[in-house]
Amino acid sequence: MTWSVSARGAHQPDNTAFTQQRLPAWQPLLSAGITLPLFFCAGLAFIGLGLGLFYSSNGIKELEYDYTGNPGTGNCSLCATEGQGRSPPPNCSCAWHFSLPELLPGPVYLYYELSNFYQNNRRYGVSRDDAQLSGLASALRHPANECAPYQLSATGLPIAPCGAIANSLFNDSFTLWYQRRPGERYVEVPLDRTAIAWWTDYHVKFRNPPLVNGSLKLAFSGTAPPPNWHRPVYELSPDPNNTGFINQDFVVWMRTAALPTFRKLYARIRQGNYSAGLPRGAYFVNITYNYPVRAFGGHKLIIFSNISWMGGKNPFLGIAYLVVGSLCILMGFVMLVVYIRYQDQDDDDNDDE
Amino acid sequence: MKVRQAIPITSELGDISKLAKFDGEVICEPPNNKLDKFSGTLYWKENKFPLSNQNMLLRGCVLRNTEWCFGLVIFAGPDTKLMQNSGRTKFKRTSIDRLMNTLVLWIFGFLVCMGVILAIGNAIWEHEVGTRFQVYLPWDEAVDSAFFSGFLSFWSYIIILNTVVPISLYVSVEVIRLGHSYFINWDKKMFCMKKRTPAEARTTTLNEELGQVEYIFSDKTGTLTQNIMVFNKCSINGHSYGDVFDVLGHKAELGERPAPVDFSFNPLADKKFLFWDPSLLEAVKMGDPHTHEFFRLLSLCHTVMSEEKSEGELYYKAQSPDEGALVTAARNFGFVFRSRTPKTITVHELGTAITYQLLAILDFNNIRKRMSVIVRNPEGKIRLYCKGADTILLDRLHPSTQELLSSTTDHLNEYAGDGLRTLVLAYKDLDEEYYEEWARRRLQASLAQDSREDRLACIYEEVESDMMLLGATAIEDKLQQGVPETIALLTLANIKIWVLTGDKQETAVNIGYSCKMLTDDMTEVFIVTGHTVLEVREELRKAREKMMDSSHTVGNGFTYQGKLSSSKLTSVLEAVAGEYALVINGHSLAHALEADMELEFLETACACKAVICCRVTPLQKAQVVELVKKYKKAVTLAIGDGANDVSMIKTAHIGVGISGQEGIQAVLASDYSFSQFKFLQRLLLVHGRWSYLRMCKFLCYFFYKNFAFTMVHFWFGFFCGFSAQTVYDQYFITLYNIVYTSLPVLAMGVFDQDVPEQRSMEYPKLYEPGQLNLLFNKREFFICIAQGIYTSVLMFFIPYGVFAEATRDDGTQLADYQSFAVTVATSLVIVVSVQIGLDTGYWTAINHFFIWGSLAVYFAILFAMHSNGLFDMFPNQFRFVGNAQNTLAQPTVWLTIVLTTAVCIMPVVAFRFLRLSLKPDLSDTVRYTQLVRKKQKAQHRCMRRVGRTGSRRSGYAFSHQEGFGELIMSGKNMRLSSLALSSFSTRSSSSWIESLRRKKSDSANSPSGGAEKPFKG
Repeated sequence: MTWSVSARGAHQPDNTAFTQQRLPAWQPLLSAGITLPLFFCAGLAFIGLGLGLFYSSNGIKELEYDYTGNPGTGNCSLCATEGQGRSPPPNCSCAWHFSLPELLPGPVYLYYELSNFYQNNRRYGVSRDDAQLSGLASALRHPANECAPYQLSATGLPIAPCGAIANSLFNDSFTLWYQRRPGERYVEVPLDRTAIAWWTDYHVKFRNPPLVNGSLKLAFSGTAPPPNWHRPVYELSPDPNNTGFINQDFVVWMRTAALPTFRKLYARIRQGNYSAGLPRGAYFVNITYNYPVRAFGGHKLIIFSNISWMGGKNPFLGIAYLVVGSLCILMGFVMLVVYIRYQDQDDDDNDDE
Repeated sequence: MKVRQAIPITSELGDISKLAKFDGEVICEPPNNKLDKFSGTLYWKENKFPLSNQNMLLRGCVLRNTEWCFGLVIFAGPDTKLMQNSGRTKFKRTSIDRLMNTLVLWIFGFLVCMGVILAIGNAIWEHEVGTRFQVYLPWDEAVDSAFFSGFLSFWSYIIILNTVVPISLYVSVEVIRLGHSYFINWDKKMFCMKKRTPAEARTTTLNEELGQVEYIFSDKTGTLTQNIMVFNKCSINGHSYGDVFDVLGHKAELGERPAPVDFSFNPLADKKFLFWDPSLLEAVKMGDPHTHEFFRLLSLCHTVMSEEKSEGELYYKAQSPDEGALVTAARNFGFVFRSRTPKTITVHELGTAITYQLLAILDFNNIRKRMSVIVRNPEGKIRLYCKGADTILLDRLHPSTQELLSSTTDHLNEYAGDGLRTLVLAYKDLDEEYYEEWARRRLQASLAQDSREDRLACIYEEVESDMMLLGATAIEDKLQQGVPETIALLTLANIKIWVLTGDKQETAVNIGYSCKMLTDDMTEVFIVTGHTVLEVREELRKAREKMMDSSHTVGNGFTYQGKLSSSKLTSVLEAVAGEYALVINGHSLAHALEADMELEFLETACACKAVICCRVTPLQKAQVVELVKKYKKAVTLAIGDGANDVSMIKTAHIGVGISGQEGIQAVLASDYSFSQFKFLQRLLLVHGRWSYLRMCKFLCYFFYKNFAFTMVHFWFGFFCGFSAQTVYDQYFITLYNIVYTSLPVLAMGVFDQDVPEQRSMEYPKLYEPGQLNLLFNKREFFICIAQGIYTSVLMFFIPYGVFAEATRDDGTQLADYQSFAVTVATSLVIVVSVQIGLDTGYWTAINHFFIWGSLAVYFAILFAMHSNGLFDMFPNQFRFVGNAQNTLAQPTVWLTIVLTTAVCIMPVVAFRFLRLSLKPDLSDTVRYTQLVRKKQKAQHRCMRRVGRTGSRRSGYAFSHQEGFGELIMSGKNMRLSSLALSSFSTRSSSSWIESLRRKKSDSANSPSGGAEKPFKG
């Protein structure tokens, strides 16, 4: 790679700061004056933040119940065994009874959690057609190849919505009943099922195909529902703003989880008498048990939780901040000691000279 | 300079028409690389004429003393001796390049290992979980078993983890080197004003190796010296002239000299001659007889030719620059050598022309180390004038000169101490009868058939005895500017300098002293001159034994004979106490370089502080370099200016050509070129050092950032069923290496400086990390990799810990895949940016711009990619719509990013601070002291400026060849009239050429420089 930049007898090089490598520059050095305060300040700040996070996380109350229905774990095991090996599983309901000794401050959120469910599997994650979900008519009829084997139905009709994610839509449903005093009648607690999806998902990413003659059903004509579904996509909800591709449950489900154990929001409880939270008393959740998870060793949980400024219960962050902060302080002291001893030595050296 | 002549028979081809009719035939040896030998025969007009090296002009020669010549081309192109000597052109690569290739291979192996681990993981997962999860995620049609799925997963992982193999590394490295090369070209401090030549990096691939040089192989003439001789001092009759005194009477240093002596009284004076001591001229004007005799000798006893183009315009054509300097000095002091014929010499002595009869020239040769003339002055007195090496001449003086001898010896020591080349001058009056008798015997001897030279030598010896001492001269072989300082500085930087020269031993040693390579502080200078294998081996063995004995490290049981385990020998010899130097002759070197002795030679040489190889051929130069390259695992640099240095320049790791001197072959073969030796210190200590530093920092960071980036996928594999799911968005993967992280590290690689340039000159020890290869080696590489993996672990597991349970502040799901991807990507970009900020030691505006710019560009692109507009156009390509604003609005996400950054960076800061406090590098100390503006500690500035005491005996050196006396006396080389020429028979002239040729081939020819062709025709 021989290469010659200038001809013989060339001009004198330019005398600029750039060519002579004399550009003005800031030359930071990790001196004690910077490093030690950095460590102590960072340590204190982290401990402070950690304490805040820890207490706010501790203040959050969570109630959870595993209703997978493994044998001997409550009345859902009946549904689980009944549904085993049958497709579609029969309609089956079970219930979770619990009581609150005191008010669970609101707003209270109802989540379902699945574990050992690999929404983050690459083949699972790509098995969708965002063009179809964004309401493009052409994509509705011609789902992307990534959707295979849920691209076309057995009869050759395009599946809408196509893909493994849509096909595996979580279809258990919950109702919450409250009994203020023993012996009283259970009243249903209203569950707010709107706005459980991201605004951008609901308004931008997911759109129904253009209506045909004002009918969503006609718009979807010539398509087949995913094989696991009992009803077509346009009948997911009677509410026209919550059906088709913009059904909130569907949108929530389609935002795939990062980890094999994940929780998704089912509903908020913030209406009527329950805006302050769930008052003390007895409750039960009526669960419509449809979704099989036992085949692959998965678990289904139902969770009530309230949240703080930084989201739901999350002890990890607070503890991590506390640990890191303490380590910073500790390291700071070690460095301080080293620095002082080194300084002494240095002075001695100077004296010797 | 060398004499080259056409064979006499061709002299009749003077004009072009005759030349065109020339129809001779040359039969000669096949092409070879021996510069000093040629044998062939010219068949012409049914006669045979022998051709020897004396009749050859080699390719690359420059004609002196004649404007043109006719010639016959014997070999051309690759068959020329020069090209035969040049050796193969090798593709040069730096050690970092080779290391890099190894490391990339290792990384590739690592990649395959990761692929295998994850593939096995995938097979197990599909077997245990995947088969049962088929309810929701059926296998692809083609996949029929977990094993096959694992196999596919292997290839998927090879693809997604391939970013760990830094493909863009090679491009970036080249860009950085290109930048460094431009900085070398642009450097004003390496621009030679006089010749208007800038330094030039002729290759862009070797820059960082400039920071690792351990051995420098230097040519002498034209590289260390200017090949200009200057009459500097003299001692006449016990009085020394030539010291420069300033107004106050102190010895003046350079730069504060008074005006030079005015030679205007002498119309024939050479204007370029400068002398500073007026007392010498006064002595001449006062008519001091000793001084007159001194300069008379200088004007008579030489083999210089004069040419007078017009009246008073004298040109001397000297065969060696030393002689030219002496005769010019005599000329300026009023003893002007005007012209010569074979029998006379005409000298203008202080204005009056005097013609001396030249009776005999007792020519110079290597053994005699002196030359004499015998002249008859106009009064008829016969006198012998002699000049020669002090060691030889001082033994041949008349006992009566004892007193003068001691004072002259003092002066000689003083001159030698200054690194000057000295000659002693003496004369002797001869009786008429004695001379007659002597001349007769000389004639007899010269006609003898056998051992003619020995007989002649005896006869010369006889007459050159009991001489009267006149004085001594001291000639300065002018060094290039700044050579001793440069060598001293490079020595302090622990660079070993070997001088490889075609010159004679005396000259080379002399230059060794004057450029402070050899000093009187040295314990001993070993001189190896053996002619046979055994002699050389013995000499080397003795040298080693001496070094051993003085260091008292080895018992008697240790033998050096035969093949020893070289490592053992090295360890012992490297620790030798005291300073030694080795001088080895070309013919000894030929033996020393043989396969069974080369190790011994190398060990001996490497234990010495300085090594000088003299009378070496170009190929030997290359062999020496090759030897060091082969066994020392050190970076070598060869510097030279002439065609004879080409092979050495090509062989060494780095070849440097001195430009603007003779020829451009050296420059064309070189990797770097500049016009003065002193620029070498800047090239190595500033540019080389910085290049190495920058390249090492760059490589460390580059491997770090790729590992930190890629290994996250590996950890994620364990949580996504080993399905080859990437952690990041595809666009982030594409852009990470080329947009988000490339420019800051490039800016660091191009602009970073740890200490300012003047500091690296002040503290040459700063160069050592490069030689020891401390800044980037396998250990450093593993540290970088470990840091990268550590970062990737935290980069994955901290968000994992947070996201496992967290929900957003509006209660909706946080732990979705896309939010996770954005969080990890953002913290990665921030962490690597902070890391490059920590690594950057020199924040220019460009660094600021690139670092902050990269962060800004990351966020700009992130938001653009996640915007509604792009999604509306390409819904399947931009699936992350709305993600940036949703995710980055979460305090939890930012808390995660801050935590990740702190955990990744704080240990690095702590580690660096502790290292700075506990075990600071010299560069850290320099920076620190600079920061607090303390006075530099004296201990680092141990620049030795030793004023040498003149204990060395002989400063004698004379770049002279024998044969010229005969040449002059035969009158053959003079521009005589055709009449005068015809008076010499063809036969006699061919015989002298014959004898001249024989003598020349006896003494190995030094192949430097150009050719002289005093004989025209």
